[in-house]
Amino acid sequence: MLTPLSWLKDFADFPDDADLLRATLDDLGLVVEGVDVVGDGLRDVVVARIDEIHPIEGADRVRRVVIEAGDGPLDIVCGATNFAVGDFVPLAPVGSTLPGGFDIARRKMLGVTSNGMLCSGRELGLGDDHEGLMILSDPKAEPGVGIVDVLGIERDVIFDLAIEGNRPDAWCVRGVARDLAARLGLQFRDEAPSTVASSPIPTQQLLSAEVRDTTLCPRLGLSVLSGVRVTSSPRFIIDRLEKAGMRAINNVVDASNYVMLELGQPTHPYDLERIEGSGLIVRAASRGETLVTLDEHERELGVAGKSLGDQGIDIVICDATDTVIGLAGLMGGVSSEISEATTSVLLEAASFDPITVMRTSRRLALRSEASARFSKGTDPAILEIAMARFAELLALSCPDLSMAEPWVQPNDTPARTVIEVPAERIASLLGLNLDQVEIASLLEPRGFSLSESDGVYSVTVPTNRGDVRGGARGIADVIEEIARSYSYSKIPRHQLAWPEPGAVSARQRMRATLRDVVLGLGGSEAWTSSLVDSGELALLGIDEPEIVVTNPLTEGESRLRRSLLPGLLRSVGMNLERQQDDVILFEIGAVFVHPAVSSGRWARAGSQGGSEVAMPDEVDTITVVFAHDGADATTAVAALRMLSDSLGLEGVEIDQKTRRTAELVGLHPTRSGLVRDRRTGVALGVVGEIDPQTASRITPALSGRRVGILSLDIGRLGDTAKATRRSELAQVVSRFPSSIFDMAFVLADDVVAGDLAKALTAAAGELIESLSLFDVYRGPGVEAGSRSLAFRLKLSAEDRTLDDTDITAVRDACIAAARELGATLR
Amino acid sequence: MSEIDLQDHVDLVIAEVARAEHSRDLDAIESAHKAKNSPVLAARRALGAVTDEEQRRELGRRIQGCSDAITAAIAARREELSAIEREASLASDALDLTEVLSSAGSFPSRRGHAHVVSKTRASLEDVFVAMGFTIKEGPEVETDWYNFEALNLPPGHPARDMYDTMYLDLGEAETVLMRTHTSPMQIHLLEEAVADQSLPLHVAIPGRCYRLDTPDARHLPVFHQVEGLVVDKGITFGDLAGVIETFTAAYFGPDIHSRLRPAYFPFTEPSAEFEITCTICRGEGCRTCSKTGWIELGGCGMIDPAVFDAVGIDATEWSGFAFGFGIDRCAQMRHSIADMRALIENDLRFSRQF
Ligand SMILES: [Zn+2]
Repeated sequence: MLTPLSWLKDFADFPDDADLLRATLDDLGLVVEGVDVVGDGLRDVVVARIDEIHPIEGADRVRRVVIEAGDGPLDIVCGATNFAVGDFVPLAPVGSTLPGGFDIARRKMLGVTSNGMLCSGRELGLGDDHEGLMILSDPKAEPGVGIVDVLGIERDVIFDLAIEGNRPDAWCVRGVARDLAARLGLQFRDEAPSTVASSPIPTQQLLSAEVRDTTLCPRLGLSVLSGVRVTSSPRFIIDRLEKAGMRAINNVVDASNYVMLELGQPTHPYDLERIEGSGLIVRAASRGETLVTLDEHERELGVAGKSLGDQGIDIVICDATDTVIGLAGLMGGVSSEISEATTSVLLEAASFDPITVMRTSRRLALRSEASARFSKGTDPAILEIAMARFAELLALSCPDLSMAEPWVQPNDTPARTVIEVPAERIASLLGLNLDQVEIASLLEPRGFSLSESDGVYSVTVPTNRGDVRGGARGIADVIEEIARSYSYSKIPRHQLAWPEPGAVSARQRMRATLRDVVLGLGGSEAWTSSLVDSGELALLGIDEPEIVVTNPLTEGESRLRRSLLPGLLRSVGMNLERQQDDVILFEIGAVFVHPAVSSGRWARAGSQGGSEVAMPDEVDTITVVFAHDGADATTAVAALRMLSDSLGLEGVEIDQKTRRTAELVGLHPTRSGLVRDRRTGVALGVVGEIDPQTASRITPALSGRRVGILSLDIGRLGDTAKATRRSELAQVVSRFPSSIFDMAFVLADDVVAGDLAKALTAAAGELIESLSLFDVYRGPGVEAGSRSLAFRLKLSAEDRTLDDTDITAVRDACIAAARELGATLR
Repeated sequence: MSEIDLQDHVDLVIAEVARAEHSRDLDAIESAHKAKNSPVLAARRALGAVTDEEQRRELGRRIQGCSDAITAAIAARREELSAIEREASLASDALDLTEVLSSAGSFPSRRGHAHVVSKTRASLEDVFVAMGFTIKEGPEVETDWYNFEALNLPPGHPARDMYDTMYLDLGEAETVLMRTHTSPMQIHLLEEAVADQSLPLHVAIPGRCYRLDTPDARHLPVFHQVEGLVVDKGITFGDLAGVIETFTAAYFGPDIHSRLRPAYFPFTEPSAEFEITCTICRGEGCRTCSKTGWIELGGCGMIDPAVFDAVGIDATEWSGFAFGFGIDRCAQMRHSIADMRALIENDLRFSRQF
């Protein structure tokens, strides 16, 4: 909200110190988003007459101009070309400083001395026109006269304020001034508008008016003004509207806008003669009714919108024949618009239900200065003052104006909320002790009143503070108002401590370990979007319902990701295209599974949280993509081993037999598998290589390259019922030397090496310390369709050194076990 | 060539296509079919001689049919063959992953780099844990109840507009959504604490949030926040201001301070925006802080009684505060990252600096 200091000064004698005012406004929660100083630095700028224009030798972009600014001819070098001899233009003389702090000095350019600068509108901070010099056409423009006098500029500071949703009182100059004056301890001037000539017949006898729904329109004020002459507004009104960011239209519309900016109450002037039947009806629009609004759009009304709880209620103003002529709180209709022919005005000033106005505004995508104010809640008690102020302003340009006695229904003063605030609650919520005098000095200048009885304050809330709730909740609102008025920055800070220690969860610790191990393997962490394209599931070949974003900004962000893989592969591809080496990327994040196929999380939803809705599963996942030179499925397997060792997982195995599962989609069919917990059988993730077909479909940079992948479900890894952990208890380490021996077996290709390793481990019994595969051989000496697998066994016992008998027994057991799998000792 | 002959030709070619064992063979058949002297093309050329227009048109259609039949047969067989070829190549490529030696796997000899946002999150978590907060997490997909209504933002509340909410096609319209802030976790944790009578609560909740927004230098549609929540007996606004100051100095350094100014959030009352000393100019005033010496970091306030009502906590017995701010924004400020979009680009040259 653009708020000129000059306007604020109507209400109190504010100082000119813009920095002080800015800091004070900020501290009051009237946040200053910008400060614009107009007319500053223009004191020294004078009018100059162009007398001669000469080219400068060797220069094609500047010329020498001889001017007269009251003290005899001066040479100026000037780059603009939009002027001619005889024109009047602004001159910033040597020694002056332009707005923005630019100092003007005597300068020598191309052998010519320039004695000042001829200025454009923008250089003077008077508009954006930078095309050339500002040409002054005002008759007062005489050489040497101050530009400030010619243009009638006064120095002013315009604050751009962001008004919060709980400050309906501050949506106007008067409200800001009141708050600011209270903080600065200045007298707040709130003079009643002076009355204009009164016409003999009161409004109530000139019109009919009916409010059909008083929840939608709790208060309606009407007044007939005659003797109206539509013309342009006085200069000060136009100036102030423009400084506040509005355009001047004509004296009637301008007066209405001026009142809104000053008092926060939107009003609507109708051409009385253009209202059928001289009467108004306020009601909810019926379904499908239409209105052509002032912006010449036809609006369909009374139709429920898509947003939650929107039942399609629009408040409309109708004429006496029940025809819609205006959309309450938003915009009038063209049929009763003020025109040059208007001579009598029906002024409407009303209170409308904020939420209804806001819903209509949102549904019709129609926002106005009026709707912004109605949506926050206006002051129902200000209608009379707003109508009087309108008349006062209009009378300035309409000497014959007379006003019929306004008609406000209901006529009684709107009720004021009273909140009972225990004094102790103020202290216990703020950590600050204030006595009644201090509290009153904060609240009363802002329109609250206060009385005390038995340690409880009865606080009467002004009608412009619709944000203050009734009952117990209002206590917090009043306490906020006390704290805000007192200044948050003056409330003493307290060092809070509590006995419970801080902690992270086991899951978070595990995630940190995973991250650290992968970083150690050379992986860098990526952050890819959780929002993906509609084709993403199809691209991966996942046959599941997608989770669709109802209102996406772009098609590329219209689904929730089901896998981290595509995003990571694209990032890998981009890095390869940018010639990066050692590309290993990983991401830790959630992927989403549609409730139709997920395990079923239900959550409270809907009005009052009264219903339940099935929610997607959010699978906490780590996916690592290995695309460095030499990477392939074995890299991913090695990484898996390192990760499971770091996490203390026991019995992690790879299953390449299960193929048809969503987890494996996009993975190489013969070089990848599920990671399983041997004891529980639960799949923990996948390991292997990316299917080259998928990879090149996602990014061409990957074609012809083996890309390793490891992806694990962090939730399952952390769940001991799913992933078996090494015992935390210490195992005794044998003091006797271990016996080591090797055995090689020939095993058919259709039996996985892991099965043989498992069988050998089982056969070796409790003497086994470790078993590792150290060589695989295919070729001469081993029949086709088979390979030789060489294992190293390490045996030991707690109580003795093993002898040949022990070792032979184990060897024999192993050979027998291998035979079961069709393997023969080599 | 007569029409009968042409049909024979088509049958012949299709049989040949069916016999093809390799996509190379299909290439040969296809080029023969497209060659100038192919029977189909010859037949088409001969059409010019047919004088009756009706007859010519009919004949033309049949020739086209024959040509299409051949093309279709080639395409179908090509697909079959490529599937067979892919099967064969996959089979010859097969790798028994349990056969991978313990010495296998080569990795580059340089350590990777954590994402600057996750590093920032980790250091923020460290600060909060040291201050006695327990770190909690929650879902990114939420309902209107947790994200809005229980936080005193009932349907139609004007402040709902500020959140640029992304809704999902699940449940009733506008009930399932991507959380717009981490504050719904306040409700989850308070509901839990009420259910197992485990108040007081001192928690910090980092997490990913969403809004409908076009990415620019300062905003991303997907972003990270951390929420703080303390509910205990006798908690005051002065405590909140103290916690914010302690956190600010601990994370940003001893010469960076905090200040609170009034703001509006429906779920806190009193509410405040908290600002910290500008990290660029250290409070002197610069372009980044619009010469004020302060920059906005987040929002905070005392838990609103309506929130306590929604979860069934007696506001005369318990009080508390909540605060929230952007993790990405902290990273941006601490590392002077001019454009936030660098965070989601994943260019290794960017990541390797951190
Ligand atoms: Zn700064």
